[in-house]
Amino acid sequence: MNDQALTISYRKALRQALRDVLHADDKAFLMGEDVGRYGGAFAVSKGLLDEFGPERIMDTPLSESGFVGAGIGAAMAGLRPIVEIMTVNFSLLAMDQIVNNAATLRHMSGGQIGVPIVIRMGCGIGRQLAAQHSHSWEPLFAHIAGLTVLSVGTHEDARWVLPAAMQSQDPVVILEYTSLLNTEGTLENGVGGVDISTARIRRRGNDVSLITYGTGVMKCLAAADVLAAEGVEAEVLDLRVLRPLDQQSILSTVMHTHRAVVVEDAWRTLGVGAEVSARIMEHAFRDLAAPVVRLGGVEVPMPYPRHLEDAAVPQVDGIVDAVRRVMQ
Amino acid sequence: MVDRLIMDGATARYLLWQMRLMRRFEDASAEQYSAGSIRGFLHLYTGEEAIAAGIMQGLQQSDIVISTYREHGHALARGIAPSAIMAEMFGTVEGCSKGRGGSMHLFDVQKNFYGGNAIVASHLPLAVGMALAMRKRGEHRVVCCFFGDGAAAEGEFTESLNLAALWNVPVLFVCENNLYAMGTALKFSHAATDLATKGAAQGVESMNVDGMDLLAVIDAMRHANAVVRTAGKPMLLVCNTYRFRAHSMFDAELYRTRDEVEQWKQRDPIEAFASWAMNCDLLTESELAEINVRVDAEIAEAVAFAKDGHLEPVTTLERYTYAEGHHE
Repeated sequence: MNDQALTISYRKALRQALRDVLHADDKAFLMGEDVGRYGGAFAVSKGLLDEFGPERIMDTPLSESGFVGAGIGAAMAGLRPIVEIMTVNFSLLAMDQIVNNAATLRHMSGGQIGVPIVIRMGCGIGRQLAAQHSHSWEPLFAHIAGLTVLSVGTHEDARWVLPAAMQSQDPVVILEYTSLLNTEGTLENGVGGVDISTARIRRRGNDVSLITYGTGVMKCLAAADVLAAEGVEAEVLDLRVLRPLDQQSILSTVMHTHRAVVVEDAWRTLGVGAEVSARIMEHAFRDLAAPVVRLGGVEVPMPYPRHLEDAAVPQVDGIVDAVRRVMQ
Repeated sequence: MVDRLIMDGATARYLLWQMRLMRRFEDASAEQYSAGSIRGFLHLYTGEEAIAAGIMQGLQQSDIVISTYREHGHALARGIAPSAIMAEMFGTVEGCSKGRGGSMHLFDVQKNFYGGNAIVASHLPLAVGMALAMRKRGEHRVVCCFFGDGAAAEGEFTESLNLAALWNVPVLFVCENNLYAMGTALKFSHAATDLATKGAAQGVESMNVDGMDLLAVIDAMRHANAVVRTAGKPMLLVCNTYRFRAHSMFDAELYRTRDEVEQWKQRDPIEAFASWAMNCDLLTESELAEINVRVDAEIAEAVAFAKDGHLEPVTTLERYTYAEGHHE
């Protein structure tokens, strides 16, 4: 570790980002269920009510469609709302607002209206929350023209994507992962921001590309360590931006390593991996030394027992096995 | 009620002109639909003109109007040129939404007219959010939100009224109750058919208004201004009305009798207001004839303008999806 680096939890990185943007722009405000008095369902916004007051940190009733829509209206009227949907699982209750309003108003109005809203939500699986509280809806959001969709797989992004998203003139969906909240990571000193348009290589390697996002980033980095001991150097590409996809970075890593394994928790069928794989086939087919492999969620609603939950999404062992097969 | 109204001849003639413009515009829209120049869904406002005219008369130009998909009347009463609306329905770049929206998506931000929203009740949360922005900025502007009786059965109606009352924001909810949600009568959609009770249940002051009587609408709007503009609170006006034409151009009207339609036509709001104005010596026969001639000329001009319009080149198809400068 670089001694210029700061160690911080994913939760504190998210909170610092919120604090920054609320200080930077008095038109910005946070609203959502239990973001204020409760301190945030996952304690991300803890302390912010005291710091910014109830006009900037607004508790909402359980009305996902209502308050996401209100956020869109506030954005149309010139404010910069940050709307927290407690978890991705409840986002479907607001999907009409996100799809039919946030993503379409600019177009329907012939460019007259922008919707600069940021919608954040806790995501991910791994806490035995069963079928209704374990969704991976990244592919649903990534499908929608008009949205920018960010998947926060690192502490650096937890700290820096929100300020970048607040500069967008269009709706941005930020997917944060609750299983990472307590994990510690490092922030390089001197990094004062990130873009929200490009994928990032999180580990350099020459032999195979692990292309992933969200909690897949940490799993792929762990798998790369195992593989390195076997003499296989994996490159890990964190997509970060699921819409619009950074196609050039995907093609560059594949042209460099000639092998690709795409890893995600979302159901494999019609997932982000399907799109990544198709683009590689369309634009880098002749650079491939082996067919692209997709690892994704098993096509089953998420079961409650730990061992079945573990088996339902890619794990480090499975990623390592997939790479071994691709290397043959 | 009439006694309390002070109206001069110029205002009476203006309102009559406006309602007549709405009526003839819809006649022309139907003709142009039959001729194949207008496509998609087309929902006509015929019979409901007194509501748009009466409500808009009590609004200020800085107030915000947001509406449903049966919005030609609202757009005209707001002051959007008939030519820009007709051009929009012809799908040309001269349209008020650059041709991207069509009949259901009329927008003109210069006129503070925010659509033209075609998912029933989906725009109610937007109205609340825009009003929240007004309150936060200390701007004394009213957000006026039109919708139908069908919308009052949606969850977003209940969520929005609750949020508006909870947050104390200046939204005027105008429910145009024309007794049918497409082809389903009010009594088959709502167990409680007095829709004003639903507003009261959410803590929003609510009243029923005779939507066929322009004077009654104007009078109700005076009270609404005291509640919404002066006191900054939300209010619900349930304007009871009837559409004289079918729901859309695809509607065979199997769900209501010709007798029922004819009975309501006896209460034609334009004829009723014209005879009241004549009785009060605010209007003469020749002035009425002049208004009709003037309206017919304006409509003919609008149709001619639309016919002379230009189609957007396919090369710019992807415009208006993201802010200019955003790169895929």
